[in-house]
Amino acid sequence: VAVAQRKAVADRAGAPLAAFLAVALVAFLALPLAALVTRVPPAELLRRLGDAELVDALRLSLVTSFAATVTVVVLGLPTAYLLATREFPGKRLLEVLIDLPMVLPPTVAGVGLLLAFGRKGLTGGALDAIGISVPFTTLAVVVAQVFVAAPFFIGATRAGLGEVDRRFLDAAATLRASPFRTFTRVMLPLAFPSALAGAAMTWARALGEFGATITFAGNMPGVTQTMPLAVYIALQTDLDAAVAMSVLLLCLSVGVLLGVRLIAPDLTPLRRRARLQDR
Amino acid sequence: MKGLRCLLLFSAWLAGPSAAQNSAPDGITVYAAVSLADAFRELGQMLSARVGGAPVSFNFAGSQQLALQLEQGARGDVFASADQRWMEHVRARKLVDGEPRTFAYNRLVVIVPRSNPGRIHKLEDLAKPGIKLVVGAEAVPVGRYTRESIQKLAARTGFPAAYSERVLANVVSQEESVRSVVAKVQLGEADAGIVYRSDVSGQVRRYLTVLEIPDESNVLASYPIAVLAGGNSEGGRAFVDLVLGPEGQRVLAKHGLMPVSSTP
Repeated sequence: VAVAQRKAVADRAGAPLAAFLAVALVAFLALPLAALVTRVPPAELLRRLGDAELVDALRLSLVTSFAATVTVVVLGLPTAYLLATREFPGKRLLEVLIDLPMVLPPTVAGVGLLLAFGRKGLTGGALDAIGISVPFTTLAVVVAQVFVAAPFFIGATRAGLGEVDRRFLDAAATLRASPFRTFTRVMLPLAFPSALAGAAMTWARALGEFGATITFAGNMPGVTQTMPLAVYIALQTDLDAAVAMSVLLLCLSVGVLLGVRLIAPDLTPLRRRARLQDR
Repeated sequence: MKGLRCLLLFSAWLAGPSAAQNSAPDGITVYAAVSLADAFRELGQMLSARVGGAPVSFNFAGSQQLALQLEQGARGDVFASADQRWMEHVRARKLVDGEPRTFAYNRLVVIVPRSNPGRIHKLEDLAKPGIKLVVGAEAVPVGRYTRESIQKLAARTGFPAAYSERVLANVVSQEESVRSVVAKVQLGEADAGIVYRSDVSGQVRRYLTVLEIPDESNVLASYPIAVLAGGNSEGGRAFVDLVLGPEGQRVLAKHGLMPVSSTP
């Protein structure tokens, strides 16, 4: 009883403190966004949405970030599956390698991409032989986005697959389901919220990509100038145009991240585990 | 215990004064266009090495970025811009102490990688269809000068018809800083780039071939320098005096800039 009482006291003291810290953090995160949104009046914002350069940048951003996300999902799903289900030597090292782009300064990623896939890069000769030159093309934008954004999908999906209850897999095995069938009918549906959240994060990271893109793909309106690059260039001449673009980018990101949470409401691993245990 | 001591030492090192940033009260912070980096670093060392010389630290970036940083409240003692426009921008906001003075000129050159993948041997070749040309963005001083110079070249006799349109059609990237243009040509990813003469000094020289643009088609970029208001004005003035003096002018010339004494 004494333990329970002490715990209750700690809870009573802890909750207001936690709330205070949370409010402080949320205010800190929200303030710059609020400053962006309130800087340019809505009418001015709408007027600028028709700006040709903005429309080009927006279209390019949407096309490339979508292409990058699809690429990451196609290549990342098998990777996440292997990481979640197999043990092999060097696995820890491989995991570090996959996570690395997340912490690498994007400019460094861009230089690395140039030295690897540039015309004079490691694979430049081979790519040239089949008539492909990557830098300064829209393909380079997608490549840069895939590089920096892949870890988000792989990490989330791998965690989701790893949390699937062993008993379901055993049950599938006793029913003589092939590993592929077990994956598509049992593991993937259970891990779907995680995978979707990971894909959304990958998409959002690709949409916001700047450093690797400007280094590897350069800056050319209509070809490689995505929204973040357009914002950066506009910032040097026309602050309000830059803010208008930023607000648009912000709304887009909020829309998608919110949409994902509405489609798959129980995204947090804890809640999913609780639900699994209920069954 | 030993681990704890290491951690403490490490924290002390982290909290200690930075080598790059001046925490000394008499340190001098210079905001300078990135095209001045090599020359100014040498001048900074020169000033610091003098008896009682203050440590000099630099913030090198595009002039337009520096101007915006200063406008937003960044603290510096000297501002050196690659064009008059951004110096005016800063001066109009009352951030400058005294009159800005022109201390050097720069001119444009065309650079191509040593291997010359685009086979560019003369300025007319920049109009060859399909070559990859990298230039500065229009917001960056070098980008504006580049466009001016291409216009002037187009008017020359013997240059192909629609020269400026054809050259601009070859632009594959508009870089945010002149050094990014150099980097992309140096790496061999671009066939040609247009940069300042002073960007082709020192380290990068051996990777590049330089094509000169004749005077009458060139654009003379003039570099103003000024002491900033509210900073270490004594230190700032010492740096400005060094830049304008014979020693400073000699160092600038060594790095490919044209000293003011050689004014055309």
